[in-house]
Amino acid sequence: MNQQSITKPYEKAVVEVKNLSVFFNQNEAVKKVNLSIPINKVTAIIGPSGCGKSTLLRSINRMHDFEPIARLEGNIFLEGEDILLKSVDAVSLRRKIGMVFQKPNPFPKTIYENILWGPKINGFKINEDELVEQSLRQAAIWDEVKGRLFDSAISLSGGQQQRLCIARTIAMKPKVILMDEPCSALDPRSTGRIEDLILELKNEYTIVIVTHNMQQAARISDYTAFFYDGELIEYGNTSKIFTTPVLKQTEDYISGRFG
Amino acid sequence: MERRWQRRSPVLFDWLRKNLSTQAQTMPLYIRIKEKIIVFFLAASSFVSVFITALIIYILFSESAGFFKKVPLGDFLFGTRWSPLLEPASYGVLPLINGTFLVTAGALIIALPVGLLTAIYLSEYASNKTRQFLKPVLEILSGIPTVVYGYFALTFITPILQTIIPITEVFNAASASIVVGIMTLPIITSLSDDALQTVPRSLREGAYALGATRFEVSTQIVLISALPRVGASVILAVSRAIGETMAVTLAAGATPKMTANIFESVQTMTAYIVEVSLGDTPQGTIGYQTSFAVGLLLFIITLTLNFMAQRLLYKKKH
Amino acid sequence: MISRHHKDIFFKRTAQVTTFLCLGVLALLLYHIGREGMSYVSLDFLSNFPSRFPEKSGIKAALWGSFWLILLTGIFAIPIGIATAVYLEEFAPKNRLMTLIELNINNLAGTPSIVFGFLGLVLFVRGLGFERSLISGAATLSLLVLPMIIIAAREAIKGVPRTLREAAFALGVTRWQCTIGQVIPTALPGIMTGIILALSRAMGETAPIIMIGALTYVAFTPEGPLDEFTTLPIQIYNWASRPQEEFHQVSAAGIIVLLLMLFTLNFAALLIRMRTEKKVKL
Repeated sequence: MNQQSITKPYEKAVVEVKNLSVFFNQNEAVKKVNLSIPINKVTAIIGPSGCGKSTLLRSINRMHDFEPIARLEGNIFLEGEDILLKSVDAVSLRRKIGMVFQKPNPFPKTIYENILWGPKINGFKINEDELVEQSLRQAAIWDEVKGRLFDSAISLSGGQQQRLCIARTIAMKPKVILMDEPCSALDPRSTGRIEDLILELKNEYTIVIVTHNMQQAARISDYTAFFYDGELIEYGNTSKIFTTPVLKQTEDYISGRFG
Repeated sequence: MERRWQRRSPVLFDWLRKNLSTQAQTMPLYIRIKEKIIVFFLAASSFVSVFITALIIYILFSESAGFFKKVPLGDFLFGTRWSPLLEPASYGVLPLINGTFLVTAGALIIALPVGLLTAIYLSEYASNKTRQFLKPVLEILSGIPTVVYGYFALTFITPILQTIIPITEVFNAASASIVVGIMTLPIITSLSDDALQTVPRSLREGAYALGATRFEVSTQIVLISALPRVGASVILAVSRAIGETMAVTLAAGATPKMTANIFESVQTMTAYIVEVSLGDTPQGTIGYQTSFAVGLLLFIITLTLNFMAQRLLYKKKH
Repeated sequence: MISRHHKDIFFKRTAQVTTFLCLGVLALLLYHIGREGMSYVSLDFLSNFPSRFPEKSGIKAALWGSFWLILLTGIFAIPIGIATAVYLEEFAPKNRLMTLIELNINNLAGTPSIVFGFLGLVLFVRGLGFERSLISGAATLSLLVLPMIIIAAREAIKGVPRTLREAAFALGVTRWQCTIGQVIPTALPGIMTGIILALSRAMGETAPIIMIGALTYVAFTPEGPLDEFTTLPIQIYNWASRPQEEFHQVSAAGIIVLLLMLFTLNFAALLIRMRTEKKVKL
C-alpha cells in the first residue's frame, strides 16, 4: 500500500481499523486494511462490486458472527477498545453501532412499535411518546407519519420505510451508524431526502456509508475511502479524492473508466 | 508498572483484562443466565423426538422378546399359517404380509399412474391459478380420516364390485386397495408436483428450443430430472399404504390367508393388531405378544422405506 | 410431426381427465355419505348417547371426548413442537447430531399411527398408570402429531426473511430476544396453520386410540382428564363395523359431523394462510 495515498484525518477517530483481514473459508475478502473513522463526519466507502466494502462495514458491528465460514484477523477499536475480541459481547456492541441495510427492513409491526422495540428490549428508561417523536423528527419522517403512528410499517413507501429504519437506529442513540448502500433500492426523490438526512445527522452521529454511487459519495461525505479487490487503495478528504487523487487507479475509477 | 502476578500468570492476566473490559461488562449477567436456561429447555425439547423413537424401538423389542423365545424367528418369518389365537396355534406371519402387500400393490396400481399423471398435469400443463386451486383440493383427499374411507369401501365400493364381479366377498382386498389408493394418491401428486417444480426453467427452455413438444419435455426431461424425488414420493406412499389401518380393517376383513385373489377376504398386519386390541387377549400371553411381534415387523418395514425415501430426497439436495 | 403433436394433445387430455376424475371421486365420496347419513343428523343425534336402537343413537359422549382429547393433545404437543422447531432453526449447531435429529423427526412423521398405539399402551396406559383415560389418549396423540407440528413450524420459521433478523441484531438484541420478539411473531400464522392441520389429523385418528383400549360404549361425558372416553372416529368405526344397515347410516351421520368439523378447521387454516400472504404482498 502506498503510504502517500492514505491521509489520516485530523479529527479524533471513533473507530479505528487496524490490519483487518476477513476470510470466507480460504477466500480473503478484506486484505490487511487500516482505516480510521473520524467523529461526527460522514465517511464514504466506494469501489466496484465485490471489492469488500460491505464486508468491512459488517465487521464493524460484528455481523459476521452469524456466518460460520467467516474469519476475522486484526483489530477494530471503538474508542480505544478492541471490539473483535471474543470476550466483547457483540450484542451490546451493536447497541452502540447501529446499522441501516441495503433494502428497507422494517419489522412487521406498527410504526410506533418499530421505533420502540430496540430501546424497550434493551431496558432503556425512556419516555415512549417523546422518543418516538424525537427519532422520527430526526429522521425527517415525522410530518409524513405523525397521523398514522399505529399503522403497519409495511404500508409505508420504500423511501419512507428506509427513513423509518434510520429513525429506529437513531432511537438507540448509537455512537456510529453504518449504512450499507441505503439508497440502492430507492428512487431518486427518496434518495435525495435520505442524503439531506445524512447531512443533518452528522452533527450528532458518526456515519460510515458504503455506496455504489460516486456522485452520492461526493455530495455527502467528508472523507472517502476507495477499495479495490479487498484492499484500501486511497483514503482522504472527499474533495481531494474526487479532484486530485494520488493514484491512477483511483482516478480511473472515479472518472468511470472501470468498475 | 508490571506486577509480579502478571508476569507469573500471563493467561490469567489476559483473561482478566478481556473480561473486565468495559465492552464486555454491558450485558447483564442475569440476561445471560436467563438465555442459557431458555436455550437449554429448547434443546431438551428437541430431544423428545429422539426419545420417542428410542422408546418405540425398546417397547417393541422388549414386549416381543417373550414371543421370540417361544417361536423361532424362522417359523415366524417363513411360516405360511397364521392362527395364533386358536388351537392348534401356528405363528407363520406370511399370510399377514401377503394381505398387506396385496392391498398395497392394488393401491399402487391406482395411485401411481393417476398420481403421476395428475402431478404432471398440475406442474406442466395447468395454469398457475388452476394449480393453486386444485392442489389444496386434492390434498383434502389425504386429510379425510381413514375410518371414513373404510366406511366408503364397505358401503359403496364393495356393493359395486359385487354387482360387477359376483364372486366378490363382503370383505375383500380389492375395495380396500381402491380406497387406500385414493388416500395415498395425494402424497404422490403433491410431492411429485413439488419435485417437478424444482426442475430449473432453463432445462425446459433448452428442450423446447430443440423443438420438443410439451409431452416430450414433461416426460423425457422434467420427469427424468426429478426422478429421485418422484421416487421418494412413491416410496412414502407405499409406506403409508402398508401402515394404513382403519380402512383395511373395515374393508378387507380378518381372514389371514395366502391368496392372490383380491376379491377374497384377507387380513393385513395392521388389521391383526387391531383385532388383538379389540379382543380380550390377556396381557402376557403369547397371543398378546404376537401383536407386538407383528408391530415390530411393521415398524421395521416402514422405517426402512422411510429411510430410503429420505436418502433419495437428501441426495437430490446436495 | 402430426403424430407427435397428437400424442401431446392426447397426453394433455388424459392428464386433465385424470385430475378431474380425482375431484370426481372426492365429490362422489361426499355425496354418498351425505345421502346415507343426512336423515340421521339432527339435534337429538348431537345430544344423545349411543343406544341399541339406531334412531335413538347419538354422539354426545363422542363429541365431548373428541373435544377434550384435542384440547389436551394441543396442550402437550404445541409447546414442545414449537420449542423444537425454534431450537433447530435458530440455535442448533450444524453438526451430525442435529442431522440425526432431523432425520429422526422425518422418520417419525412417516411412522404408521398404529405403532404409536403400542407406545401409548405400554408407556401411558400401563407404565405410568393412566389407564384408559383422556390423558393416555392425548399423550399418545401428541407424540403422533409432534413431528408434524415441528416440520410445519420449521418451514414457517425458515420463511422469515434474513433481513428481519439482521435488522433486529443491528439494534443490539440477543438471539433469544430476536427470536421471541421478531421471528416467532412473524412466523406465527404459518405455525398456527401447521398446528391446526396437525390437530385435525389427531381428531380423525382412530387406530392408536383403539390400541390404548378406549371403550366403544361410553354413555357419559368425561368430566376431567383422568376419565374414560370415546371419540367421534371410534364411534363411527363401531357403528360401521356392525352388520345392520341402519347402523351404517348412523355411522354416516357421524362422518358428516366429523367432516364438517374438519373442513371448518381446514378452512380456518386456509384463511390464516391467505391473510398472511396478502399482508406480505403489501
